[in-house]
Amino acid sequence: MIQAVAERIEKNYLNQKQGILSWLLTTDHKRIGILYTFSITVFFFLGGFFALLMRLELLSPRNWLVSAETYNKLFTMHGIIMVWFFLIPSIPNTLGNFLIPMMVGAKDLAFPKLNLLSWYIFMLGGGVTVYALLRGGVDTGWTFYTPFSTTYSTTYVVAAAIGIFIAGFSTILTALNFIATIHRMRAPGLTWYRLPIFVWSMYANSLVLVLNTPVLAITLLMIAVERVAQVGIFDPALGGDPVLFQHMFWFYSHPAVYTMVLPGMAVVSEIVPAFARRPLFGYKAVAFSSIAIAVLGFLVWGHHMFVAGESVYSALTFSFLSYCVAVPSAIKVFNWTATIYKGSVSWDTPMLYAIGFIGLFTIGGMTGLFLAALGLDIHVHDTYFVIAHFHYIMVGGTVMAFLGGVHYWWPKISGKMYPEGLARLSALIVFLGFNLTFFPQFVLGFLGMPRRYAAYPEEFQMLHVLSTAGASILGVGYVLPLCYLIWAWYYGRDAEPNPWRATGLEWKTSSPPPTHNFKVTPVVTAELPYDYDAMKEELELV
Amino acid sequence: MSDPVVLELREQFATVEQQRRTAGIGIWLFLMTEVMMFGGLFVAYTVYRFSHPQAFAEGSSHMDIVLGSINSAILLTSSLTMGLAEFSAKLGRQRLLSALLAITILIGLAFLGIKFTEYYEHFQQHEAPGVWFNHAGPHAPEVQMFFVFYFLMTGLHALHMSIGILLLLGLMGRNLIGSFSVVYHTPVSVVGLYWHFVDIVWIFLYAIFYLPGLHK
Repeated sequence: MIQAVAERIEKNYLNQKQGILSWLLTTDHKRIGILYTFSITVFFFLGGFFALLMRLELLSPRNWLVSAETYNKLFTMHGIIMVWFFLIPSIPNTLGNFLIPMMVGAKDLAFPKLNLLSWYIFMLGGGVTVYALLRGGVDTGWTFYTPFSTTYSTTYVVAAAIGIFIAGFSTILTALNFIATIHRMRAPGLTWYRLPIFVWSMYANSLVLVLNTPVLAITLLMIAVERVAQVGIFDPALGGDPVLFQHMFWFYSHPAVYTMVLPGMAVVSEIVPAFARRPLFGYKAVAFSSIAIAVLGFLVWGHHMFVAGESVYSALTFSFLSYCVAVPSAIKVFNWTATIYKGSVSWDTPMLYAIGFIGLFTIGGMTGLFLAALGLDIHVHDTYFVIAHFHYIMVGGTVMAFLGGVHYWWPKISGKMYPEGLARLSALIVFLGFNLTFFPQFVLGFLGMPRRYAAYPEEFQMLHVLSTAGASILGVGYVLPLCYLIWAWYYGRDAEPNPWRATGLEWKTSSPPPTHNFKVTPVVTAELPYDYDAMKEELELV
Repeated sequence: MSDPVVLELREQFATVEQQRRTAGIGIWLFLMTEVMMFGGLFVAYTVYRFSHPQAFAEGSSHMDIVLGSINSAILLTSSLTMGLAEFSAKLGRQRLLSALLAITILIGLAFLGIKFTEYYEHFQQHEAPGVWFNHAGPHAPEVQMFFVFYFLMTGLHALHMSIGILLLLGLMGRNLIGSFSVVYHTPVSVVGLYWHFVDIVWIFLYAIFYLPGLHK
């Protein structure tokens, strides 16, 4: 008996092979997910460190901590690191990598070696970007607007562009791998309408990444060519058009915003039914709203250029289409709410994060509509209102969902439980700290405080101090999970295969799972995913 | 266990058929990303051609239409030999497959040779952008922009050709050690799709760089 138990403990993906090489040469999607988790955590705290310096500088209306030039570099590097080295890879490359094969009942992703390669490409891109940073950084803003980036900036634009260019291929390869896996690797009986919403959202997300990332790559290549060879591509003095750069950049970057939030929606759609003990309300509507967001997301990029000399007809069209994106987003929010309605809700940590996501995403989304309105956008364009808006989506949305997902699947990933009380406390700290940081920024922006300035008029100081105070609380909220999750990895209580009594194939295997996920390839017979009604009866019988 | 089919089946797949179809979807997705990448350059080219029509026609009149046309014919022929290679792989004719791959590689090299001859000519004529560029007529910056796009797009295409040739060499190596058979020849089809894609890109490049100068 003891031997059997020992054998069971021995054979999981974490301890089957030992040593650093077994990690660096692994093709197991679960281990690669953990490699990514390690990398993006480092980048997250690096980007957070830049944000901290910015917030400290903004305590005073005058430059007291850093010079204006350094401040420019700080917000640029914060943006570059957070967007390309944390947000875009965050949920897909960690949780997606870990979960998609398990959720579709496969042994691994379709192309495991490609998956490992994409991690190395990511690290190479990250290395080149960090090199640019160590040599003195970049000051163009994460948007690389021309002609400043191609002609006037004296910083390491080309190195940073190459770093992002390289990391883009990692994104493309991972997305390609996910799509191929979801199409071809599903277990017998697992039809499209039996897939968890996580898989649907990741599919939509990967489609966007496959189609938009190459455009970013080629745009950055053109920037690098123009800068190195001193030839005209976007430079108006040489016949170029700077607004063309903005079009090409936002053709990538607006869909990229959706690739930051779709994975968050994926996580929340799993957590909400599990902790409300009810099937997801309107499954098909939620599934297709992901696809709708992916498609519509490609048609709205012009709303970034309302004040850049766009024709009034283009502006009207882009404004209208931007409003259209609100429809599938609202479908999701309403369906999550309807799922919670009359459910038996338990307030475990993942659910706290999910509820936080729903509220903050709603605020972020609604203020997005303000920005899509042609008249209002002229007033708040390039102000802190924009900053607050997209941080409500990316930090209040994606980071909350990421933390919620990490807690929800932590028992599966590590085989250990995290300390629930401490985790709830830090979820609360994150929520409070976040709102204190970013809500004052809505007010600041509406009063006219422009973004990207190190100094500001004195009447804004109170709101800036509040924001900085919130940022320090938020920082504590992020460091706490880092500490107790590492602690739990070694000393946590052993987790059961399905501690949340949740549906989904990933909960049908042991925690942590064996190397090829399932002892026997699962066969799916349940008509619907999230069948918590059936599960209730089962549990009552027990 | 010496059956090549069994040896080639990766552990994450249940059947060879599943593996083949997954490879198919993989390469098609990859080609989608390539379309978007070249697409960005085509969009930028189109925008500037509309804003500077005379300069782009002037730039195009410096193209060597004869060499360009020969290269187009050469490349289309390589698509034929590649197609025949895929066909012979399906029939299990291994020696024919090797021969056709070799011909395709040689044609690809010929294309690159002609392409670099053209590049050399452009450097000689001070038409290469950057420090080498020197244009006497009007619209000099815009004419230079035409050549920026010419070098960027055909250069990226030539890079794809070179990668394609390396892939074909890899296929030949694997064929010579007997990796392929009637039942397993997925890599030949995958590389074939890539090769045809690179050929199609050239057709568009030929049209936008060589033809506008013809009726100047």
